[in-house]
Amino acid sequence: MVTRMKVVLQNLTKKFPSRDRKNRQDVTAVNNFNFEIPDGKLIGLLGPSGCGKSTTLNLISGLIKPTEGKIFFGEEDVTGLAPEHRGIGLVFQNYALYPHLTVRQNILFPLQNLKGKDKLSKTQMLERTNEAARLVQISELMERKPKELSGGQQQRVAIARALVKMPKVLLLDEPLSNLDARLRLQTREEIKRIQKETKITTIFVTHDQEEAMSISDMIIVMKDGIVQQIGKPQEVYDNPVNLFVAKFLGTPPVNVFNGQVKNGRLYIGQEDVMDAVGCPDAEVYAGIRPEGFILDEKGSLGCKLKGVEVMGRDISIVSSHTASLNTTVRALIGTENRVDMGAGHNGGDILVRFNLVPHKVFLFDKNTEFCLSREGGSSGRLS
Amino acid sequence: MIKNKLAVYSLKGWLYLLPAILFLGVFMVYPLIDVFVYSFEEGYNAASQTYFGVGSYNYSYVLHDPYFLQALKNTFILVVITVPLSTVIALLISVGLHSIGPFREFFRTVFFLPYVTNTLAVGLVFMILFKKSAYSDGLVNLLIMWFGGESVDFIDGPYWAKMFVLCFYTIWVVMPFKILILTGALSNVNKEYYNAAKVDGTSKFRTFMRITLPMISPMVFYLIITGFIGAFKAYSDVVALFGTDLNAAGMNTIVGYVYDMLYGDSGGYPSYASAAAILLFAIVLTITCINLLFSKKKVYD
Repeated sequence: MVTRMKVVLQNLTKKFPSRDRKNRQDVTAVNNFNFEIPDGKLIGLLGPSGCGKSTTLNLISGLIKPTEGKIFFGEEDVTGLAPEHRGIGLVFQNYALYPHLTVRQNILFPLQNLKGKDKLSKTQMLERTNEAARLVQISELMERKPKELSGGQQQRVAIARALVKMPKVLLLDEPLSNLDARLRLQTREEIKRIQKETKITTIFVTHDQEEAMSISDMIIVMKDGIVQQIGKPQEVYDNPVNLFVAKFLGTPPVNVFNGQVKNGRLYIGQEDVMDAVGCPDAEVYAGIRPEGFILDEKGSLGCKLKGVEVMGRDISIVSSHTASLNTTVRALIGTENRVDMGAGHNGGDILVRFNLVPHKVFLFDKNTEFCLSREGGSSGRLS
Repeated sequence: MIKNKLAVYSLKGWLYLLPAILFLGVFMVYPLIDVFVYSFEEGYNAASQTYFGVGSYNYSYVLHDPYFLQALKNTFILVVITVPLSTVIALLISVGLHSIGPFREFFRTVFFLPYVTNTLAVGLVFMILFKKSAYSDGLVNLLIMWFGGESVDFIDGPYWAKMFVLCFYTIWVVMPFKILILTGALSNVNKEYYNAAKVDGTSKFRTFMRITLPMISPMVFYLIITGFIGAFKAYSDVVALFGTDLNAAGMNTIVGYVYDMLYGDSGGYPSYASAAAILLFAIVLTITCINLLFSKKKVYD
């Protein structure tokens, strides 16, 4: 029943005319996007707001036309096709459920538009509608109006409406942004389940890295209309290509220090903290993941203790360091390492010392901000 | 304690409302009641402020007065023709305005112009356009003759010619307000619905019927109700077109009849005028109630 479809974007560029009368330069929302999305996968399009991810989604959907470049679904060039001929399902950020129609009528709506050979009989339409409703588990809500539903339920109706046409590609624009925290967790599992069940190539847009990392088979990190990195979530997390990607992924975020590589050793401040074999001598940014710190009295990196936060499964040690770009350095330590720190200390001038986990430390060129110490360079392309 | 506080609050509330209540009471509620009372006082004399008795004779007189029946007929024809037509045409123009890009503001101004011009002045212009006298034909008649038709006197001629001018004029006058309201309603519809419809391959017509129209239905409904009420109250437009002696022209309206009964050449009968006014009130009330009942079923809110 399912048509799997890979999606290929070729040199995709979208420029919007500038509204600024003084500065007539076009705004480039998406810049030279090259990418092949394998079929049957769940893809997260990730980036801060204004990075062009929604524009990319709209380009794929056909609601806006690219300035340059091509879009292929499978082998077919769909660049010039109108949205309705592309075979896509689109779930809008605010769901865009028709408020005057019941859930059933909403889901039926796309089917009633089918013409010619695709035209369905009444019973077929109702069958398809019920099937879609079953898939997203809203069968008992069919006679309600959208405003009588919770946010999560509306979301499901929107997904059902997108799925009922059996699209080749399912697009979700910020699917979880309108839900509260608990529902968000639940709904993202739900999206993953629906995607697995239907095996439809699914692309969703989000600014929440945790969301993207948790359910995507692959993530695409964007910034200022330019793709930064593409890969499996864990690979991108472990091997960020540049400082931006490193900073953008992970909560709590990566700690960035001013550092220096001298004779194959990394120095932070005056301290020789670790090995940096293969790196030319240079000024660098050193990004250290919060989980990359190991508490050790004889550790190589000393930070001024500010406090200890115990949050259930983790202890986070908050400290500061003169070479740090952030005001606080946050180190996560599993509760099994429970050390009696903090007790009796009011911060002050206590020094905590850490050893660093080598693969949790990334070195970035100070000028280009590209990563200098990537292992194997395996990210970027997925087979 | 809390009860006391609530009492103070509610007292304060009434105090705030007092000016409005006072004015509404003196200038709206009292006259309404007074008209109602007048309408049952038989043989009321305005000069001596006396009357013979109380009863329904005024109503009976009015309902048997051929001038009133003519006015009733005229008003109903006007309402039935202009309200649906003007609403539909305004809707079409608004949709058109909404979908054109560059000249939207310009055309919006053009369509709004009738609203800021004086009714009487425009009525006179209409009269001149449609008039036919011994010396000259109006522009409309010239056009008709140019196309090979027979010229018609729209102002002093046959009944339906006059009714045509009146309806035409009324539609023209009420259009701008409707267009203003409808273009506003149209631009308030969230664009995402249209995008959703586009992705689903919905035809333009179906998008309009199934999405746009239901979404703006509250406003359309508002226009229909106010349109009904406005058309039932038509008077000044008729005067502008056909002069003050409307009974002779056979173009009187209910409000015109009320006016004539009060101040016209045959006037001086406030009781008859009141009875006619109360009848108009009853008609408008009934129609509005029917509208509201209908809207409960059809209008999305």
